[in-house]
Amino acid sequence: MDFRLTDDQRALQRGVRELLAGRFGPEALRAAVDRGGTVDRELWRELGAAGFFSLRLPEAQGGAGLGLPEAVLVFEEAGRALLNGPLVATHVAAERSPEAAEGTCVVTCATQLRSLITHFAAADAALVIHGTGIRTRRPKDLPHTRPVRSMDPLTPLHRIPDGTPKAPPRPDTVLLTAAEQLGSAARTTDMAVRYAGEREQFGQPIGGFQAVKHLCAQMLVRTELARSAVYAAAITEDFTEIAGAKLLADEAAVRNARDCLQVHGGMGFTWEAEVHLHLKRAWLRGQMWLTAAEAEEIQADALASAL
Amino acid sequence: MDLTYTEEEEAFRARLREWLDLSLPKLSARPDPLDWPGRRAYDTTWQRMLYDAGYADVHWDASPTQRLIFLEETERAGAPYVGANFVGLLHAGPTIAAEGTAEQRERWLPPVLRGDEIWCQGFSEPDAGSDLASLRTKAVRDGDSYVVTGSKIWTSHAEVADWCELLVRTDPDAPRHRGISWLAMRMDAPGVTVRPLRTLAGSAEFAEVFLDEVRVPVANRVGEENDGWRVTMVTLSFERGTAFVGEVVACRRTLGELAAAARANGTWDDRVLRRGLGRLNAEFSALWRLIQWNVSESQKTGGVPGVGGSVFKLRYSHARQELYEAAAQILGPDAFDLDRQWAADRLSSLSYTIAAGTSQIQRNIVAERILGLPKGR
Repeated sequence: MDFRLTDDQRALQRGVRELLAGRFGPEALRAAVDRGGTVDRELWRELGAAGFFSLRLPEAQGGAGLGLPEAVLVFEEAGRALLNGPLVATHVAAERSPEAAEGTCVVTCATQLRSLITHFAAADAALVIHGTGIRTRRPKDLPHTRPVRSMDPLTPLHRIPDGTPKAPPRPDTVLLTAAEQLGSAARTTDMAVRYAGEREQFGQPIGGFQAVKHLCAQMLVRTELARSAVYAAAITEDFTEIAGAKLLADEAAVRNARDCLQVHGGMGFTWEAEVHLHLKRAWLRGQMWLTAAEAEEIQADALASAL
Repeated sequence: MDLTYTEEEEAFRARLREWLDLSLPKLSARPDPLDWPGRRAYDTTWQRMLYDAGYADVHWDASPTQRLIFLEETERAGAPYVGANFVGLLHAGPTIAAEGTAEQRERWLPPVLRGDEIWCQGFSEPDAGSDLASLRTKAVRDGDSYVVTGSKIWTSHAEVADWCELLVRTDPDAPRHRGISWLAMRMDAPGVTVRPLRTLAGSAEFAEVFLDEVRVPVANRVGEENDGWRVTMVTLSFERGTAFVGEVVACRRTLGELAAAARANGTWDDRVLRRGLGRLNAEFSALWRLIQWNVSESQKTGGVPGVGGSVFKLRYSHARQELYEAAAQILGPDAFDLDRQWAADRLSSLSYTIAAGTSQIQRNIVAERILGLPKGR
């Protein structure tokens, strides 16, 4: 047993982090907010070329033949960078669609958020998940959708008519979303620690005050517990464990963003600070694929069935 | 990332399981928690059995993964944990092994492994709990002895201990971390008085120890004079590392028992309670994975668990308390029946956010040593 990342996994993690830092830094993030969160097609193709969507496809299909642990590391970096777009749906659609695998087509999902669909206007296709199977539909096959004003400036939303079937969650979509939450939780911890070390009040960095220090420490504790759960679930692929990982990663992302906002004080409540973007996305991801209540029921069922 | 155990590790697990199946029935019934001599006899008998089977030094010599397996399997089999042997096996022993002379190792380590001698810890003082370096118990050199005067508190197993690992101030004028020495003191030395302290759980888990001109041979000092702080720091990290492995296994079992109780008395139909148990199940599964993460990390540092233990302890100690709060809601008035294990465990869970460094101290450690935030004033 050695739970640590292998050298190859570390290299992958570093590579994706560098790619995203270069291609989706603060200015690109700001530009994405300014255009209402619509997908940057050029970036999408670059991600495709880098293997973001085809990572888990067999080499014969043009993929890298990697597994869920590697995909989790990549999606963690996406969450850290606050990369926008229907990343998980397109990644899953790559199984069926070479265009999705290459990043030349943007695929959203009609069954990830109950009554809402993300990035509908920009999407070339919408995934419908049933059981472990998937099929894609053209957006025109989903009539009567209407745009709603999205709380998350990086995730445009449409309402879909009632009666759209609610699919049981597919394990990998749940886990990859949890990985994005983990990345966001780690990033807001870094942001809070950096700010607490720089911002001075009462003649010293605010990070020297225990009240602030303890907020930051709890952020790290939440992140590391979620990390253990997410990484382990990627290895075991056990659905109960995946549900637990989503539960803890949702909590880490949401509560860390809140605490990060608190550490930033008044600055944290402004549009200019990045913090609100993490919080809003974390809230949204918390509703995607598997909610906390559903995850808790799955965990309770596992307890009951072990009796 | 690999969560599978090697063939060698699985063989170790299989041998251990087989031995536990054969040996545990030979152990007498667990003594009453208030019967200290009975507890000492029980714990040392178990240690002797481990010694005879070659498992006594698993905390010292085995790989971190083997130790993890050992703790997992012994807890799963319902075997005793280290109990009264705790300080000797996990604290004083490793300190002497790392910092003692050849004579000191020869004198003190074998009896610890055989279960012949019990140690207690004389670190904390009434005015020096979390702020350990402010301790005031003084030791004055007189020929080949130190003459020790002062008092210690929260000394677990003091009533049945043969030896005490004692931190004393040997240089009152030095900066506070620099004037401390580490001594091994006999508990039956003239001038040592033990006064048991009753805990809120009703039992005497620890004691106050009064030291009135107790003579301790200079030869019993481990490490250099005034270098006791460094000697101590070598081992304190062990206490915060994998010490809770068995307890996480036990909590996961307890959670299963609680689910069974809830199904039996109908509280399982209460959605809030049921989801609360589900949440705790996710929490303890993740805590188990965090242990495996810490163990994997410690393999690279030669078995020293490091600060990851603080991250673990912070979450675990609170989760454990939440577990017993959930138990109290499910059991209702029965939670007040002290003859039931639930009630006693609920009370003892209150110590976890205090012992071995309060949550507030742990958060400072995480913030300063891992996150690099400035030291507070």
